[in-house]
Amino acid sequence: MILLLQYTLIFASVLLLVALGGCFSERSGVINIGLEGIMVMGGLGGALVLKFLPPEAGVFPMVLLAVLASALFGMLFSLLLAVASISFKADQTIVGTAMNMLAVAAATVFVKAMNTKISAAEGGKDVSSDILFPHTKDLLIVRIDSFEFNWFMPVALACLIISFIVLYKTRFGLRLRSCGEHPQASASVGISVTKMRYAGVLISGVLGGIGGLTFITAGVSKWTFEHGVAGFGFLAMAVMIFGSWHPLKIALAALLFGFFRALGNVYTGFDLLTMLNIPGVVYNMLPYIISLVVLAFTSKKSRAPKAAGIPYEKGSR
Amino acid sequence: MKKENTSQSPRKNRFAALFSSLIRKDWFQTIFSSLVCIAGGLLVGFIALLIIEPSGAVEAILAIIRCFFKFGNTGMILKYFGQTLVRSVPLLMCALSVLFAYKAGMFNIGVAGQYTAGACIALYAAIAWHLPWYLCLLLAILVGAALGALAGLLKTAFNVNVVISGIMLNWIALYLTNQILGTVKTITNDTPELSGTYQSALLPKLGLDQLFNGEKSVTIAIPLAILIAIAVWVVLYKTKFGYELKATGHNPHAAQYAGMKSNLNIVLTMAISGGIAALGAGLLFLTGITKWDTGISSLPAEGFNGIAVAFLGGLSPLGSLLSSFFIQYITFGGTFVSTDFYSPHISSLISSLIIYLCAFSAFIKYIIGVCLRKHDEKIAAQAAQKHEEGGTEE
Repeated sequence: MILLLQYTLIFASVLLLVALGGCFSERSGVINIGLEGIMVMGGLGGALVLKFLPPEAGVFPMVLLAVLASALFGMLFSLLLAVASISFKADQTIVGTAMNMLAVAAATVFVKAMNTKISAAEGGKDVSSDILFPHTKDLLIVRIDSFEFNWFMPVALACLIISFIVLYKTRFGLRLRSCGEHPQASASVGISVTKMRYAGVLISGVLGGIGGLTFITAGVSKWTFEHGVAGFGFLAMAVMIFGSWHPLKIALAALLFGFFRALGNVYTGFDLLTMLNIPGVVYNMLPYIISLVVLAFTSKKSRAPKAAGIPYEKGSR
Repeated sequence: MKKENTSQSPRKNRFAALFSSLIRKDWFQTIFSSLVCIAGGLLVGFIALLIIEPSGAVEAILAIIRCFFKFGNTGMILKYFGQTLVRSVPLLMCALSVLFAYKAGMFNIGVAGQYTAGACIALYAAIAWHLPWYLCLLLAILVGAALGALAGLLKTAFNVNVVISGIMLNWIALYLTNQILGTVKTITNDTPELSGTYQSALLPKLGLDQLFNGEKSVTIAIPLAILIAIAVWVVLYKTKFGYELKATGHNPHAAQYAGMKSNLNIVLTMAISGGIAALGAGLLFLTGITKWDTGISSLPAEGFNGIAVAFLGGLSPLGSLLSSFFIQYITFGGTFVSTDFYSPHISSLISSLIIYLCAFSAFIKYIIGVCLRKHDEKIAAQAAQKHEEGGTEE
């Protein structure tokens, strides 16, 4: 039971971070299909810090540096979306899809090259796309009884509170949201739509990057970059839609989806569930099936930002 | 010196005239911008190779570009040329699937899942039920069409974003496929060899393999795929359904207002799109060139590469014929790169860069338009000036 709670919380943290990222981007008027790719890149940045920083550095600097690296990688990668879709008015869906493929390919090429070089120097040959971070178990996790408290849980909570305040209690947030609803009206009162949209996309890069790091360090000590993040970026988009683009509702949706994802990891621990004798593959499919069902019930009256996905043209109404 | 100039300039002028008439054509602009994307993708790929290891970068990029031509012996080249064609077939089908849906305003990212489902049912029907190849293909089309139609229905009945439902269905299809084909797999996790026991499921060759130095995987899949590309072109540009479909893509509300059943068209389009993708999987796996590995945890690359092919081909069925071969060619070329420093994934890096750049193709065309307008204005101004000069002299 505690295991279920623990996995639910960690997967919910991932979904929350990435969905909040998607929320910032869509609220500013740019649909970010590339979240999946941003997660991979953020994960890569953080994993490199965890691999190369000596464990003697201490818990706090290590976590901080890893988070900063993943945020930076995610932000830089999200620039690809920002430049293409805001400055060049490219199709956001194509750009996002390309980014997802690009991130996996680039991360695989890079990690393989790195592993090949390191192993060649040691006289071996390692052409895998794995990054090992064996110390993270001791670093990122604090044991409270049998509950493994992960430092990324409070990070996600902090991001949630900050996101809510920024979006709803600041002038910046109001301006950002206005650009996603009616950019021409925002421009007419002197708001730079371009700047706001860049801000929205880059913030989504930061949050998506941290979410990616959280995902690849959740309960494992090695990540194979060839596999990407298994559709988690898209699950996060489903969470965002289910949470109707509002941070607090997104948090609840993330908990629900996190629970179903966690079931797949721990269902063998429940006598009741093992007795039902449902094949494991059903639990693996569960988050995707649930998200389809949930989307079917909530999309009809969904209130997406009105201008999301539409490039801003000064002249049009 | 002077003589050379005079003899060259008329030819130069003719070229310039030809170029300036071509560049005004939309199809030429599409090809031009695709070539720019390819050049850009290769350039960035080359830079990546340089960063990883400068000493072997030139050799590596040449290995990708030269691909199977490096063998130098006609027999081997023909054999690998045949294999490349066989593996381009599923890419072409996925691209046709993507562009068909795209014309109706739907981004069918579920193509990877429909392709997976097609592979699943085609192989299962062949192995478990010993069905002949045409029934295997038919079943694949039906299952793919059902999966596509499901995404279409979720859109029209419940307003679910097609991209997200597509991705969810992709993963569901992958898990189910591994489970279903897991019941007929061999001890190595792969599905069994089709030749021999399941001979009737192999696509007929009709002597086509003789054209490619006896390459066994060359079957009727290749001419069939070309016929389907032509059929898609005919449906899109020469039929009422194609017209309605494109109208729905431009503006579903206007199409509805004009009396078209846009919801029905969307579901039908997605069903056809899914059917084409699944057929593509059948046309690959029933040649026996490859097997399904039930241990994989990522979606087959053909689906997403199909998106690259469709956009690189300018969203045209005939353009996709060329671009599917090109993408498969560089993917295959990637396997010839020295693994001492690099990984074959450099090819997928290049193809994903190409799609990213394809997103700018509208911008490239815009720039061409601006240049042409400036050029025209200059010529018009010159002509006006000449006219004026002539006028004052008189």
